[in-house]
Amino acid sequence: MLNVFWCILQRDLTLALRRRTDVLTTLFFFVIVVSLFPLGVGSERELLRMLGPGVVWVAALLASMLALERLFAADYDDGTLEQLLLAGQPLSLLVLAKILAHWLLTGLPLVVVAPLMAMQYSLEATAIWVMMAALALGTPVLSLLGAIGAALTLGLRGGGILLSLLILPLYIPVLVYGAGAVSVSVIEIADTQPYFALLGAFLLGGLVLAPPAAAAALRISME
Amino acid sequence: MPAESPSNPLLEVEDLACRRGDRTLFTALSFGLPASTLLHVRGRNGSGKTTLLRALCGLLRPDAGTIRWRGEAITALADDYNREVLYFGHLNGIKADLTGQENLRVAATLDQDPISDAAITDALAQIGLAGFEDLPTRMLSQGQKKRVALARLILSKAPLWILDEPFTALDTDAVALLERRIAGHVAAGGAVVLTTHQEVQLTQGEIQRLTLESAPSQ
Repeated sequence: MLNVFWCILQRDLTLALRRRTDVLTTLFFFVIVVSLFPLGVGSERELLRMLGPGVVWVAALLASMLALERLFAADYDDGTLEQLLLAGQPLSLLVLAKILAHWLLTGLPLVVVAPLMAMQYSLEATAIWVMMAALALGTPVLSLLGAIGAALTLGLRGGGILLSLLILPLYIPVLVYGAGAVSVSVIEIADTQPYFALLGAFLLGGLVLAPPAAAAALRISME
Repeated sequence: MPAESPSNPLLEVEDLACRRGDRTLFTALSFGLPASTLLHVRGRNGSGKTTLLRALCGLLRPDAGTIRWRGEAITALADDYNREVLYFGHLNGIKADLTGQENLRVAATLDQDPISDAAITDALAQIGLAGFEDLPTRMLSQGQKKRVALARLILSKAPLWILDEPFTALDTDAVALLERRIAGHVAAGGAVVLTTHQEVQLTQGEIQRLTLESAPSQ
């Protein structure tokens, strides 16, 4: 059963490598949005330091959103999704493999470039580390939740807008605690642990609940 | 595959009804499909052939009626049923950016079939794609893409094949090859449900014909 998981993961990664533009668009979108803010609000250090965590997180949400539409749509269009549904393998497992591939391609690059972005907001080293850790815990949750929305809006006309309306509200807790962890890390006496505990809880909850929910949504969308 | 008596059909359909929107495609459809039988579903465009086939493979929930596989409802069997079925729809179900070889490898892994690379290369050669196995399928013609998808039929061990218009876009050689493969599957005790506008011949086994009349809309 595990080899089916690896097979789908490997397939999606291979496909992304052969079509790199899709991956790069997400990353460049993130970089550009984050870089626009300092240009817009000016170079006052205190202001940027306050804005930084929120801006990076909002940009991460939007960037992750951008790639979501394609999560199942490509497979839907060429009929491979039908074959996945009929494979006789647990669909949740296949969906989880697709979500993991999606995160590796769109979430992980954001975690990696986040320090560079954070430097534009003159965040200190500790805050940058906290931001990376928070993004590493939070972006998989975005992919997991997003998969449910992507599955529900599959094949609908104007599904992209509907997807944002469905999913962005669900992203709020991740945004609040993800950006919160970074903001709090600037204050010396404050503790970031509760924020990480909550982000970790979201991740575990998402890992358990999102794949079956997305699988059920896919079955409905395919009818 | 164990031979089953005709009184004990592999696939049984009882009182099936499907609607698309507010149009009734068919109602009270019942038939049994024993082993070594091919069911040729016919009907005009829009008469519900594809809908019936999608219902048979469990992609679509019928509005009424039950479908049983070896005596058990397919909704209860779920994944166990899916493993016994090979569905070939209007979409080829192959990835344009993967090569023929890689596409078939993924399909074989999903079927949990331990197939060697040599067997896949051989299947592609049989279907007339020798020399094309390492090209991304987007470089292939429409008919060649279809051939890649149909190579699954050569590798498949599933007892029930559900094929929706498998002959379109194929040249005469490929059609003949496919007909031989289908006949071979039926002769080996498999069952096939097929829609096509052309006549089907079998050397062995039995052909059932089902014609869908579009019911008046209600």
